[in-house]
Amino acid sequence: MGQTIVQKILARASARPTVAVGDVVEPAVDLAMSHENGALVINQFLEIYQRTGLEPRVWDPARIAIIFDHRVPAESAKTATNQKRIREFVRAQAIAKFHDIRGDQGGICHQILPENGYVRPGAVVVGTDSHTTTHGALGAFAFGIGATEMAAVWALGKVLNVEVPATIKVVVRGQLPPRVQSKDLILHLIGRITAEGANFKVLEFHGDGIRAMPTSSRLTISNMAVEAGATAGIVPADEETVRYLREEAGVTDALDPVAPDPDATYDQVIEIDAASLGPHVARPHMVDNVAPIADTLGTKVDQIVIGSCTNGRLEDLAIAAEILKGRRVADGVRMLVFPASWKIYREALDRGHLAALADAGAVIMNPGCGCCLGVHQGALGDGEVALSTTNRNFLGRMGNPKAEVYLCSPAVAAASALTGTISDPRK
Amino acid sequence: MPNVVLALGDDISTDAIYPGRYMATVLPTETPQFAFADLTEFNARLTQQAVPPGSVVVAGQNFGCGSSREQAASALKGHELVVVAKGFARIFLQNAINLGLRTVICPSIAASEGDELEVGPSEVVNRTTGLHFPIVPLPEARQAIVNAGGLIPYARKKLLARTVAG
Ligand code: SF4
Repeated sequence: MGQTIVQKILARASARPTVAVGDVVEPAVDLAMSHENGALVINQFLEIYQRTGLEPRVWDPARIAIIFDHRVPAESAKTATNQKRIREFVRAQAIAKFHDIRGDQGGICHQILPENGYVRPGAVVVGTDSHTTTHGALGAFAFGIGATEMAAVWALGKVLNVEVPATIKVVVRGQLPPRVQSKDLILHLIGRITAEGANFKVLEFHGDGIRAMPTSSRLTISNMAVEAGATAGIVPADEETVRYLREEAGVTDALDPVAPDPDATYDQVIEIDAASLGPHVARPHMVDNVAPIADTLGTKVDQIVIGSCTNGRLEDLAIAAEILKGRRVADGVRMLVFPASWKIYREALDRGHLAALADAGAVIMNPGCGCCLGVHQGALGDGEVALSTTNRNFLGRMGNPKAEVYLCSPAVAAASALTGTISDPRK
Repeated sequence: MPNVVLALGDDISTDAIYPGRYMATVLPTETPQFAFADLTEFNARLTQQAVPPGSVVVAGQNFGCGSSREQAASALKGHELVVVAKGFARIFLQNAINLGLRTVICPSIAASEGDELEVGPSEVVNRTTGLHFPIVPLPEARQAIVNAGGLIPYARKKLLARTVAG
């Protein structure tokens, strides 16, 4: 019987010929990622070694990545102290893939991993962040875990007690119309299957609509797979994946991708006609409260945010710059732009995107998570409304439970910045 | 018999259980003060020790969706709450098991604040309404961690076994 991509990856990582859905395996880990919550991972890691008489040593310092992104530069003494503790641990354990707050290598973990070639097709990637699903866009099995689970990975090099998940196949046919983006496609899917529609399952993406997309657009889709509850959102690697890794991520060594069998068994097959999609918006306070843009047109907004691990990539800044170039952000609206990494910042600077956005009145912030999780910059006032390209709009997500967050694509965000109300970028 | 101290709906996110603005606080000894911080009255009852250990939080589908922050599980564990939900999001459920927070999957549960619940091995009995609700047992893989007393002792055992095996 044929196997899905996650079955094939898990079989390989646990040295078995095949695995069935529901089997329990302990896959070897290719890459283990943490950010500032590495402070808790370190605490739990040292706990595991308590009373063992063993010297605490991570299993493989070359396979651990730590990226500072959630609160950069530190917003408080507490964060700064956590970051300091992590730096000391990184040095002591010789952890190789460490990205500190620097203008030549920093950024959001889910952009740093792909753009540095750390994620390979067929790999098992775990991260102490729910949006680790992002890396499924490169054909890896990438999923979020908690800090204690990561501590066990650091000690043992494998994830304990993983149940092989069932898979939902998503087939995307046709190409997205102009100014309709992969964000609209994934919002549409989440609206259809709900925030728990893929709980404990993997989404596997197929179809000419996916094949035609650059990796940067696929990363947005895999990023938000977790908003449907999915353990992972995997795009099987293809020519575009290889192109991205070679040309954009500088990978030169051999690749060893894994493909699903043509006769694999799926729990469910969902078809999406990309050509018929328009812009979509997720309304407060749930990611699956999705509507076609027509239902939200005219909603007044106070703050527009472009950025995050979902939509802070070059193509996102480019479309926003195209819409805003030579025009003005409406009075009474604040627009914040967070490039996802310093590499993207640099390229957007060179191409004039940042100048176009700044001239229009946007504030260019430093790369990082910014206001996405409501702890650092760009908090909302009581009763205010944000329109954001981020991935979550739970009550309180942007730091204020008395405010509202709508989610959308960069094109919708930019078009709405011109009017101060939710607007259709196709008009 | 434990009481239901909080009855919630579907899709309660980890942002609701442990708001992002407290995420710089990581240690399990420090997180409990921020459990359900935005439910100010309930949080006040927790921090004033007015909620006895073993009290039950009842919720709908997809409890713990969203962020992987382990603080959401450690904050509830700190008050020794028991979560009885129709369903859980994956990462939260795993974190709860890893930290020893008692989580009960009970797809048909119906209970209101103040109800007396008896949480048995195979069913939850609502003593106030007299109704019985079956429990979905934890998958074997997760039960093994619970039996070991959490992931830290479980991983420690594996580590020692590996060292012995050389
Ligand atoms: S940008 Fe937002 S969703 Fe992405 S890793 Fe940062 S906080 Fe999480």
